[in-house]
Amino acid sequence: MLKRFRENKSFQGTILATPTLIFMIVLLIVPLILTAIISLGTRSPDGNVIYGFSLHNYARLFGINTECPTGVSLCFDPLYAQILWRSLSLAFNTTILVILMAYPLSYFIARSHPKRRNTFLFMVLVPLWTNFVIRVYAWMMLLRTQGVINGLIGWLAGILHIHFVPLEMLYTPGAVLVGMIYEFLPFMILPIFTSLEKIEASLYEAAADLGANSFRTFLRVTLPLSMPGVVAGTILVFIPVMGTFIVSDLLGGKQVILIGNLIQRQFLDARDPTFGSAASIVLMIMTLIVTYFYTRKFGFGEEIISA
Amino acid sequence: MSEFGVELVDVVKQFPTPEGGKVFAVNHVSMKIKNGEFFSMLGSSGCGKTTSLRMIAGFEWPTEGEVVIAGIPQGHTPPFKRPVNTVFQSYALFQHMNVYQNVAFGLEMDRIDKKEIKNRVSKALDMVQLLGMEKRFPKQLSGGQQQRIALARAIVKTPKVLLLDEPLGALDLKLRKEMQLELKTLQQRLGITFVYVTHDQEEALTMSDRIAVMSFGKVLQTGTPVEIYERPNCKFVADFIGTSNFLHGKVISVEKDMVSVFIEEFGAEVRGLITGDISAGDSVAVSIRPEKIRLSEQSAFNQNCFEGVVSRTTYIGSDTHVYVDIKGNQIKVWEQNKISSLDPKAYYTVGQKVWLTLFMENTLVMTDN
Repeated sequence: MLKRFRENKSFQGTILATPTLIFMIVLLIVPLILTAIISLGTRSPDGNVIYGFSLHNYARLFGINTECPTGVSLCFDPLYAQILWRSLSLAFNTTILVILMAYPLSYFIARSHPKRRNTFLFMVLVPLWTNFVIRVYAWMMLLRTQGVINGLIGWLAGILHIHFVPLEMLYTPGAVLVGMIYEFLPFMILPIFTSLEKIEASLYEAAADLGANSFRTFLRVTLPLSMPGVVAGTILVFIPVMGTFIVSDLLGGKQVILIGNLIQRQFLDARDPTFGSAASIVLMIMTLIVTYFYTRKFGFGEEIISA
Repeated sequence: MSEFGVELVDVVKQFPTPEGGKVFAVNHVSMKIKNGEFFSMLGSSGCGKTTSLRMIAGFEWPTEGEVVIAGIPQGHTPPFKRPVNTVFQSYALFQHMNVYQNVAFGLEMDRIDKKEIKNRVSKALDMVQLLGMEKRFPKQLSGGQQQRIALARAIVKTPKVLLLDEPLGALDLKLRKEMQLELKTLQQRLGITFVYVTHDQEEALTMSDRIAVMSFGKVLQTGTPVEIYERPNCKFVADFIGTSNFLHGKVISVEKDMVSVFIEEFGAEVRGLITGDISAGDSVAVSIRPEKIRLSEQSAFNQNCFEGVVSRTTYIGSDTHVYVDIKGNQIKVWEQNKISSLDPKAYYTVGQKVWLTLFMENTLVMTDN
């Protein structure tokens, strides 16, 4: 055994990976299989799972309802399909906006003096030391009708003698978008910064030397070489935004229900684990499909550098 | 058009130090580099050669003075508007572009017609013998090949001046020797002014039309390889280029181009050739190259002739390095092995009494710096 361990590299790898592997199998693969099995069952009237093979939960998610008004056996109900679409487009919008905000900042940090660079990175990370939920609550304080922002505007309006009706900002799609951007910005900044920092200064000089002004240097050299960071950041932002429910729950209320909220409610309020499981599986498949096509187009990024 | 490809007019470059002070990277340097010349800046690291090159390229702007390229003062012209191109020490190739895209980059920036780009890239790749490698990525090529792409990328734009920052530094010795010859041939074929930065004196001597020897931000001497080697104007240059024996003393008298110096180490007088500004009473260095000393078993002359004892010999094939002790000072003498012999008596042996002759025309009296 010991001899085999010393001589066989792949065996060494297996041994080293075993603890994590067991952890993942017990806590990820097994629950996933259970979820899939439950999603194919039906709900008993008292909220238990009757195991079986039925696709009606999936059909319901995509709008085919079997519990229709009397006399109709099948009817179209787009409610859940709308939720799926809303989640997808919100994740998409959040990712795009986060990239647009994170890139210039990362660029600024990467090109700042090495001494100041760590301070800036520290400032990017500081919010992550506070609990996720508390940070969302802080946004509620800001956005409420009687919140900080309305208070400030009202105060200014008072000075200027302008009539001011407080803005309804909380419980809107905009509030959810702002909250999402705020929560996930650091996860885009860090990978983009890392890939920008890796670009040698001599490459910028070479581009300038060959006749490229700073705009064209950015398009032809900086941007392509930092794409691995953008890709990594996109994966780190898009996937959690697709699944999270706290931000939409607190900042969106009943107005902005995402697939994450749907899943949570099925398990806790509606007591329908079969439908909740089906929604979880659909969420996972949607995320996988998007990630698959995205990485097929842009790669995971690293082959550009390590080819 | 100006006779000079590049002129540095009393250029100063200061950098701030972390302590808040200022340091002179380049300290009042003036150079006139002729059109079509292979010009080298030679010096050890920190002598200001790379900073000077970067000021010509436009990556740095002089604190004082002016960089003039092809007769046009550059002021604060950015690099992308200067008629020069650079071959970087690290090559600085674009890793996300293949060979063709790397070489075409500069032409695309000039918005040149696609067909012409294709033609010119092929020509440039042909010149550096990389035709057929267009689709490869830099990472898939050897160091020597990467170096050639960097070269092709710079010459494809047919700049007025090509700047080379220790381009051969990362190559192994054999490849470096080959590339030295190739670079020289290429320069003669293209007729472009080359400004070449190196710390390798042999490289500078091999390739250059003229060399500027730099130290601590100043140019000590500018001249042809022969001038630099045969008539160094100060001790630093004589020491930096090739090998020299140095003796120290005070000038007794100066007559025309000959000087008499009292050598402290020997307690005797030596006559030699004057280099630079020297007058009676000055403390000077006397330099003589090891291959230019005559070794004999008997005293041949009265003047500049000293008796010593062989303290060590090293046979290196073409030469024998003989170290002669004269009053506690070791003098190096390179004796060419002109006669093929297996007899030990044909060579000098340790402990042997010998006479050294320092011919006056080989003995250079210079400023001691």
